[in-house]
Amino acid sequence: MKIKFKEVKEGRFNATSSRSTRFLGFCLALGIPTLILFAFVFSPKDDTMEDAVRLLYIHVPVAIFSYVAFGITAIGSICYLWKQSRWWDTTAHASAEIGVIFSALTLITGSIWGRPTWNTWWEWGDVRLVTTLVMFLMFVGYLALRQVPAQPQIRAKRAAIVGIIGTINIPIVNRSVEWWENSTLHQQSSLTDGNLEDLTLFTWFLGTLILGIAYLWLMIHRFRVGWLASEHEALGYGAAIEERQAEAGIQTAIASEYREEGEIE
Amino acid sequence: MELRDAWSIARKDLRIEFRSRILTNQIAPYTLLIVVLFGFALDADTQTLRDTGPGLFWVAVLLIALLAVQRAVKIEDDDAAKERMLLTPVHPSSVFLGKAIALFVQLFALETLLFFVMLALFDLSVEDPLLICFSAVLATIGIASSGTLYGVITAGVGVRETLLPILLLPVLAPIAIGATRTFGDAFGRVDADGWAWFGLLSVFAVIYTVLGMFAYGQLVEDA
Amino acid sequence: MSHLGYLIAGWAFGIGVPGIYAIFVLRRGRKLSAEVPVERQRWISSGEE
Repeated sequence: MKIKFKEVKEGRFNATSSRSTRFLGFCLALGIPTLILFAFVFSPKDDTMEDAVRLLYIHVPVAIFSYVAFGITAIGSICYLWKQSRWWDTTAHASAEIGVIFSALTLITGSIWGRPTWNTWWEWGDVRLVTTLVMFLMFVGYLALRQVPAQPQIRAKRAAIVGIIGTINIPIVNRSVEWWENSTLHQQSSLTDGNLEDLTLFTWFLGTLILGIAYLWLMIHRFRVGWLASEHEALGYGAAIEERQAEAGIQTAIASEYREEGEIE
Repeated sequence: MELRDAWSIARKDLRIEFRSRILTNQIAPYTLLIVVLFGFALDADTQTLRDTGPGLFWVAVLLIALLAVQRAVKIEDDDAAKERMLLTPVHPSSVFLGKAIALFVQLFALETLLFFVMLALFDLSVEDPLLICFSAVLATIGIASSGTLYGVITAGVGVRETLLPILLLPVLAPIAIGATRTFGDAFGRVDADGWAWFGLLSVFAVIYTVLGMFAYGQLVEDA
Repeated sequence: MSHLGYLIAGWAFGIGVPGIYAIFVLRRGRKLSAEVPVERQRWISSGEE
């Protein structure tokens, strides 16, 4: 039995998209220019930070969603160990990848903001900086583990345990860095002290909303890519087995069954 | 789970290590080499070496720990040793404990050597020997248990040598910070509350030992 | 506007990095979906996952 590949339609670029992603994409296409407009034009400059405050409209939301992303990875990892479901495994993987991108971005934008504001690119004593860096490195390791060729279930189980340990480690790292220097350049959450102007606050919420949509959009696409990748891998196994059996002249039902089960599930 | 089983596993690992002489003939000289390299890198300035001593000590320990973990995984990979061990009626948590104990003993021996060499070469003086002892024991328990756990996660993987460091070292970041601080305090180099850090080290050690005992069984069967 | 260089650099990274990543994901999805039979791409047929 030969695997037939359906021919892909010419120019079908958005193979992982659906009505929901197109809607989210549409929101992003409108939302990002609006956010830029609010961040650069409508919102006032800060008394102490001056215009550097405009960087925070992207830095803070990205930081929030990098933590959200790793949180989803932890939930996905726990659920995977509990239910052994591929859905959760793919979710954990997708979220970790986006989390790594977002935390890298948090570090970069934070650094760029820190230079004019704190007069330094990097501050070792700052809790959030160092915690984010260690978290970033931990999940880079997680992604590296996922790249390793191995049996899908084994890889998923190991990755799930690393994902959970990584998340458990975040508060320990945070605590240790806090005691380490016991100093932070980060201001206490300025949202709560109520001195913010309405437009600043609104821009902040808009940024968080846009980043949330961006996270969701990326998540759905990345999840689908992950699903396709594991299907592809399973097909590869099935095809390889069929080839061997064809070579030996055996035609059994096992091969097709193997493929239908998809090797993973 | 029985402690007696764990002790047998630990004795087995230690006996293999003792007979292979890798610890004494390769890893111990490597330890000394690291200290010498630090001396070269920091410009033979005893004051600098004295100030950075605690940190250098733990960086060296982390580097040695990576080698020791690789060794611990390798002795299970060789000659299908792990498959045979799984056939014995020993609970995986005991296997984990045993392997962690073996790793702990080896690391602690190397740390002792490293400690006295550094004391001499870097001209350090100890103000609080008790703190040094206790914190070294706890930090080493943390390293040994997380190392054993990550060792089995990377077992049977072709790229183990390169994968293990990037997985394990970020996890050990709290140990690197905490143990450096306690040593800094015990050497009288920094004004920190060493015993508070001691608490953090214990939390780390407990968490990873418990985690390892639960997760090891899951991981070892299909490694 | 003060710190304009920093602002432009920060926002360029902030939008550019996820943008490049998104293109990379979309391309990978397109390539894979060409190789996986349509009946196994289940959320494409059913619309949602």
